[in-house]
Amino acid sequence: MTKLTPVLSAHWDEKDSFTIEGYKRHGGYTASAKALAMDPDAIIQLVKDSGLRGRGGAGFPTGMKWGFIPQGDNREHYLVVNADESEPGTCKDTPLLMANPHVLIEGCIIACHAIRAKHAFIYIRGEVTHVVRRVNQAIEDAYKAGLLGNGIDVVLHIGAGAYICGEETALLDSLEGFRGQPRLRPPFPAIAGLYARPTVVNNVESIASVPAIIANGAEWYQSMGTEKSKGATLYSLSGHVNNPGQFEAPLGITLREILELSGGIRTGHTLKFWTPGGSSTPLFTAEHLDVPLDYEGVAAAGSMLGTKALQIFDETTCVVRAVLRWTEFYKHESCGKCTPCREGTWWLVQLLRDLEAGKGTEADLAKLLDLCDNIMGRSFCALGDGATSPITSSIKYFRDEYIAHITHGGCPFDPVASTLFAGAGA
Amino acid sequence: MTTEVVDMITVVVDGFEVSVPKGTLVIRAAEQLGIQIPRFCDHPLLEPVGACRQCLVDIEINGRAFPKPQASCTIPVEPGMIVKTQLTSPVAEKAQRGVMELLLINHPLDCPVCDKGGECPLQNQAMSNGQGETRFEGVKRTFQKPINISSQVLLDRERCVLCARCTRFSEQIASDPFITLNERGALQQVGIYENKPFESYFSGNTVQICPVGALTGAAYRFRARPFDLVSTPSACEHCASGCDMRTDVRRGKTLRRLAGDDSTVNEEWNCDKGRWAFKYVTSVDRLTTPMVRNSAGELVAASWPEALAAAAKGLKAAKAAVLVGGRATYEDAYGYSKFARVALETNDIDFRSRLASNEEREFLAARVVGSTTTYLDIDRADHVLLVGFEPEEESPIVFLRINKQVRKRALKVTAIATKLSIGVEKLKGEFVKVAPGAEAAAIATQSLSAKSVILVGERGAESAGVLSAVAALADSTGAKIAWIPRRAGERGALEAGAIGNLLPGGRPVTDASARVDIAAVWGTDSLPSAEGKSVQEIYAAVYAGEIGALVVGGVDPLDGENSQAALAALEKAFVVSLEIASSAVTQRADVVLPVAAITEKSGSFLNWEGRPRSFDAAVQDSLNRSDLRILSMIAEEMGASINLGTVTAAIKEIASLGKWEGARISMSKVSVPAQPTVAGDRFILTSWRRLLDLGTLQQGEENLAGTARKTVAVISPKRASALGVVDGDKLKISTSFGSVTLNALVEDIHDDALWAPRNSRGSQLLVNLGVAHGAVVSVVKV
Repeated sequence: MTKLTPVLSAHWDEKDSFTIEGYKRHGGYTASAKALAMDPDAIIQLVKDSGLRGRGGAGFPTGMKWGFIPQGDNREHYLVVNADESEPGTCKDTPLLMANPHVLIEGCIIACHAIRAKHAFIYIRGEVTHVVRRVNQAIEDAYKAGLLGNGIDVVLHIGAGAYICGEETALLDSLEGFRGQPRLRPPFPAIAGLYARPTVVNNVESIASVPAIIANGAEWYQSMGTEKSKGATLYSLSGHVNNPGQFEAPLGITLREILELSGGIRTGHTLKFWTPGGSSTPLFTAEHLDVPLDYEGVAAAGSMLGTKALQIFDETTCVVRAVLRWTEFYKHESCGKCTPCREGTWWLVQLLRDLEAGKGTEADLAKLLDLCDNIMGRSFCALGDGATSPITSSIKYFRDEYIAHITHGGCPFDPVASTLFAGAGA
Repeated sequence: MTTEVVDMITVVVDGFEVSVPKGTLVIRAAEQLGIQIPRFCDHPLLEPVGACRQCLVDIEINGRAFPKPQASCTIPVEPGMIVKTQLTSPVAEKAQRGVMELLLINHPLDCPVCDKGGECPLQNQAMSNGQGETRFEGVKRTFQKPINISSQVLLDRERCVLCARCTRFSEQIASDPFITLNERGALQQVGIYENKPFESYFSGNTVQICPVGALTGAAYRFRARPFDLVSTPSACEHCASGCDMRTDVRRGKTLRRLAGDDSTVNEEWNCDKGRWAFKYVTSVDRLTTPMVRNSAGELVAASWPEALAAAAKGLKAAKAAVLVGGRATYEDAYGYSKFARVALETNDIDFRSRLASNEEREFLAARVVGSTTTYLDIDRADHVLLVGFEPEEESPIVFLRINKQVRKRALKVTAIATKLSIGVEKLKGEFVKVAPGAEAAAIATQSLSAKSVILVGERGAESAGVLSAVAALADSTGAKIAWIPRRAGERGALEAGAIGNLLPGGRPVTDASARVDIAAVWGTDSLPSAEGKSVQEIYAAVYAGEIGALVVGGVDPLDGENSQAALAALEKAFVVSLEIASSAVTQRADVVLPVAAITEKSGSFLNWEGRPRSFDAAVQDSLNRSDLRILSMIAEEMGASINLGTVTAAIKEIASLGKWEGARISMSKVSVPAQPTVAGDRFILTSWRRLLDLGTLQQGEENLAGTARKTVAVISPKRASALGVVDGDKLKISTSFGSVTLNALVEDIHDDALWAPRNSRGSQLLVNLGVAHGAVVSVVKV
């Protein structure tokens, strides 16, 4: 029996899943109608009871976050949806919004009602033009259908291409028209967020999960998942696998199970390392195949569930090379506000480039680790921490491979072997 | 006065207990114990940002430790907090050393050629909290350097540690967000908007608070090493704000001036004029020897005894009066005041070398002399009313102080003015728009409380009835009055009695017991009892032959109305001129006596609050003498000694005068002339001086002049469209006296009014038009 539990992705295979008609055919917008008739506090309680936790990476309980918004304060409240999906490997919100943008809009209506907000802002990364168009169309259709505009408005804001704007306070700055850089907390967004008003910032998947919870109840949602990680979620499988894509399953499923369901590692190859939740989460190896992929299970094994972006690398991949590519990304995306991240990523790239080219020494490895120690937990936001994760975890599991680059005087791997076209006569 | 009850919180830092007010940041609680946590972005007057991460410390609260080191500049103290700095926590020590190493990897380490070397927080803290050797062997980020972000501020992006002090200052303190951080990652950099240079009146503060050598001033760049400079605490002579300053001198030459730290006055800031306008002291026109006009009518160099004898002779031969400019120190003004009464036996003395009125003289005697309104009253005010006063242009620190309260607690500001200014816009002030000359009526309609403050500028004298209306409003509401003149010496000169109706200490000359007070201290039998003439009356009396001699110090005759008459009077009279540089007065004088500039002498100013701002000579062993000393020598020569050989003698004597407890002069009723009606090509002129303009004390500093605001003539949209004028059109503005042609700017101004800067490049109204405020001018588009 399959362990997959398609809820969000239940109808993605239908040709018109993204249209308002397609969405309504399966009960779309009945949850929001039900919610609008409910007391807002009851919705917050329901979401709290469901055990839904933030799907953007940190796993903060969604209902609790909504409950932080001060009530009866006679001020504007705002809902902000973080659709600035930019983490290397993370690719769940983009297909979700392509296949079913209306579930997010319905979630926005429910959440706005719950937190007494009149405006929701969807902050979407600027590079995904196709998604922007689709969500725009969906918003337009929702207005035409009278679902929006009756006390709740949704505004789509397109980012300008900065990874840092996925950090919620940088996102708020960017949304206000400033350069996206993280803000000093406190005050937290629940007290002074967008335009200094109480604001909830949620991930796309978190908000999109709400309509089903309203429709089916907290107990139904609780019936899935593990003790502290309730519900189902999208696992994004990519890399050296036969059948990449989105796999919606209860929290706590293992990579072994997902690989079995999806058709396994690239034929003829073996798993070497993988990320449980995007490039900022420490690497796992084959020894972690049976780690339950929920918030607690992954943390206990030394990493983070993150965005459940399962990037799979087989034995043809040079881990030094992979880590260098990620580090170059972090250097490119460091916002520059704080010293450890700004200067540290600049230095890390240079050290890793030398190591990959065989110009490093074993002392450089020690230096690299010490440098990571000076960045991790010393930066202003989590970007700097994330930049060190692939480095420290890869040295932990593949120190010998780093040494091999030094003794070999360069990379011992054939870079072509790891490509998709390897063996295709390319 | 109520004392505020402050909650104190006790925390432990490195094993030592310290109690600090609630809300104090950890980094400052540590300072109380003398524990210095290294920092770059932190600044006590700026909002915390936590960007540089240099101040990381370990913190636990009631036994619960933070999992990672925290930025001590962003976290307020809490009860039960235990802080371990780099001194007791190896984790904090390593974190700080790590951040320091990272800060230096992209830094050029060009300390040997950097202006900041020797006084650089990066250099100092790299030594105290860093490691001697870097482990970085890679490629540093490079930029073109330096780049001008204004004509006076240069930016070296390679040295910048991106602490954002400069950008935060510009936004949070000056409300001039003309610089910002651009780009990201290691390429992040301070930048300006396209074609919009950093033209803030306060830009120099960013140079001073830059913790590295990234921002430098063009005037000082590559001029000196800090350890070669001799620093002297000083006071600013440019306006009545009263900034505490530091003057740095090398080999007898002032190389730079910095804002001093006085939390009650200028906090740690000053304006660019105070910082950079000091080259006039060493200008080429500086007078070095006394000069006496010979029988052929030529001014020729003379010895001091010769010049003093000539001065004494001339002054004894005729009825004489004294004109002293608003830049005299308190002690010098006291010298002029005593000299007039004792040596010249007259009350004909006036320090107001500008547009002045007799209403103002009464107002000063009745309301201002001895007044105790201070900056603290602005801090506590519920409403600040500006009358004839543009704080940003005319007293910049007052502007910063009001702005602080506007930002902090939305202090209500109302400006009664003819034109909406940039400064009032920044203060989010209510603009009460009046026609030039119609200010008095608008004042009467204001509702204030006993917690309000009326800030009235020297331009209050320029419209009849304004100062009477201010006095009446204060009486009816209980609001405090602060009179804020532009020049640094005016309040001191007022207190010293350098004005025709007052003796020192606010004693009315017409009051017999006041005269007895002063005569006793001065050791004279009697003092002249008739009220003296005002500055305009003195010139007129010279012209009419009633006064035959003048003692003139620090006066520019072109600063007053009817400047041609003033020049003619100077031609006619026997003039003894005490001056630092050649001027319109020295050219017409019969005896010229060179005096010391501010950096060459000691003394004090009284700022607008009446607060003494004393200073020592920054340049040692100057041969130039103060006005006070020279007046003493002339008096001696005249046989009417004033016994004020030194500043100390003057200070002692002033202190011995005591306070005047007697009656004050009361103000007489002023008739307000009918307001002219204007239409078509007729406008009523209005103007004020800008902070950066053609002022004498700004001479020789082109970099500073480069950031002056553009010279424009402002008219209202309604009048502009009637005349078919758009921004940039040339307007010829004329009076019967003369004309000036300026670029038009259409802005929020009273429909009757035309505004132009009073003394800027291309627009010197008193010289070009002979009038500055309230007169009807005709305007033609050319």
